[in-house]
Amino acid sequence: MPRTAPTVWRRLRRHRTAVAGLLVLAVLLLISAAAPVLFPEDPTEPRFERVLRPPSSEHPLGTDNLGRDLLTRIAYGGRVSFFIGVLAVSFSAIVGVPVGLVSGYYGGTFDLLVQRLVDLLLAFPGFLLALTLVAVLGVGVTNVVVAVGLATAPVYVRLVRGVVLSVRSQTFVEAARALGASDRRILFRHVLPNCTAPVIVQSTLQLGTAILTAAGLGFLGLGVKPPTPEWGTMLGEGQTYLFSSWYMATFPGLAIFLAVLAFNLLGDGLRDALDPRMKLA
Amino acid sequence: MGAYILRRLALAVPTLVGVTVVVFALIRLVPGDPARLVLGLQASEEEVQRLRVQLGLDQPLPVQYVRFLGRLLQGDLGRSVVTGEPVAREIAARLPATVQLAVASTLVATAAGVAAGVVSATRQYSWLDYLVMTVALAGISLPVFWLGLMLMLLFSVHLRWLPAGGYGTPAHLVLPTVTLAAFSVAIIARMTRSSLLEVLHQDYVRTAWAKGLGSRAVVLRHALKNALIPVVTVIGLQFGGLLGGAILTETVFAWPGMGRLLVGAIVARDYPVVQGAVLVFAALFTLVNLAVDVLYAYVDPRIHYG
Repeated sequence: MPRTAPTVWRRLRRHRTAVAGLLVLAVLLLISAAAPVLFPEDPTEPRFERVLRPPSSEHPLGTDNLGRDLLTRIAYGGRVSFFIGVLAVSFSAIVGVPVGLVSGYYGGTFDLLVQRLVDLLLAFPGFLLALTLVAVLGVGVTNVVVAVGLATAPVYVRLVRGVVLSVRSQTFVEAARALGASDRRILFRHVLPNCTAPVIVQSTLQLGTAILTAAGLGFLGLGVKPPTPEWGTMLGEGQTYLFSSWYMATFPGLAIFLAVLAFNLLGDGLRDALDPRMKLA
Repeated sequence: MGAYILRRLALAVPTLVGVTVVVFALIRLVPGDPARLVLGLQASEEEVQRLRVQLGLDQPLPVQYVRFLGRLLQGDLGRSVVTGEPVAREIAARLPATVQLAVASTLVATAAGVAAGVVSATRQYSWLDYLVMTVALAGISLPVFWLGLMLMLLFSVHLRWLPAGGYGTPAHLVLPTVTLAAFSVAIIARMTRSSLLEVLHQDYVRTAWAKGLGSRAVVLRHALKNALIPVVTVIGLQFGGLLGGAILTETVFAWPGMGRLLVGAIVARDYPVVQGAVLVFAALFTLVNLAVDVLYAYVDPRIHYG
């Protein structure tokens, strides 16, 4: 049974690593959200009089090959990376959850077709599928969102279908049906709530994966187009200057790592907090 | 057992055919005219039309697909738009480097992951356990391309122990292998730990302790054998992530494999090569999972081959 939000919050607060993840995430989100206030410089405008400066009090993380302040660009880059992550995961959940719900509940030919399609898509390694989709659709923020989202959707179909199958034959669903509830009512009032917890956990973990995948595409030069700051693209630009200016590749990568780690910590914590069988100290 | 392998092989055929359909359909979604793409903007409309007929692009899609499949079965993947070379030859030249990297990483990841998992599980809640699990969590969160660059900074630029990129000697293999293995080590360590912890609580393990066996015999000979069964599956599944990671790792270390071929082809809009490389990657993943399934039936006597 789904737990109430206050209970989950109380359990989550006692989960030390989840709290650590939440804090890291809060800091990263705050810096990204407040970027225009905190960093008045234009993150895209070249400043050729100060290219490739190492970290100093003036530029805490140094400047890039076009003289742009790296801290400014990482803060603005967070907006792009989080934006892509949230949109891609929402997109895949919006596609995957209803399909999994219907597929698991009604079964039959539709279920069979969907499962074969899911099998097929899962026959492609996730990053390869996203890469191929970008190759076909072209680069840019929208296409990266669609590519990463579509590559992730099969995961939701499979997850939700599994939950539906395990819930469908339980007594409370049978009771609802015996009372004359319509399929729609059973699906939305009785089956869907049981999917909420696993979907929330999966989405948190998937946010990390989505940011990682999008950054990988950016690193290969197949993601967000420059001069827009995006962590993976910045890292790709920094690779050229790795030997002379280590900071250019190091700090954007650190940002990706921290964001993904935070989502993974939070996701693990949420899983424990939402699982009534888990005892938390 | 033989019959089981045959049946499992037969089941993989529809998946492989499906993979060709998906790849074929995806590449046909590319906006623009492939013939125009080959000939460039200067070519006349007649020339483009002639190539269209020559490539069979004037035929309906199902006909095109059947022809594509027919050629594929003969090992013909078309010609590169950029070099004019047969795609199959280009792939054959690059495949060994990728397989070498993938196999080396899988071996390293399995050895390190299982060892770390055993250490962690046998000392549950000790500082060592926390350390291993923390490092493992970091391992699954690390961007593989960033890890590669950081290792390169440390071992090639500062310490000058290993080459920063390239291919050929065993020394060239070290950094790419470690980079690519990191994610899998973490996954395998986590799986081994939880699986072994479960087995260690079972009755037959208590019996083994009770009859006075040493901890080495109990853990390694009795418990680990059964605990490794789910780990085998994970090794197969993470192979997909490994292939994705290989694309990035090869780019970081200038490793002349399929990943760099694919990325270069995408940048150059060389769609026959993109198509061929994606097909080979997906087929590789499918075949590895097939092999794992067969291996699984072999190591787990509870699975019937009937």
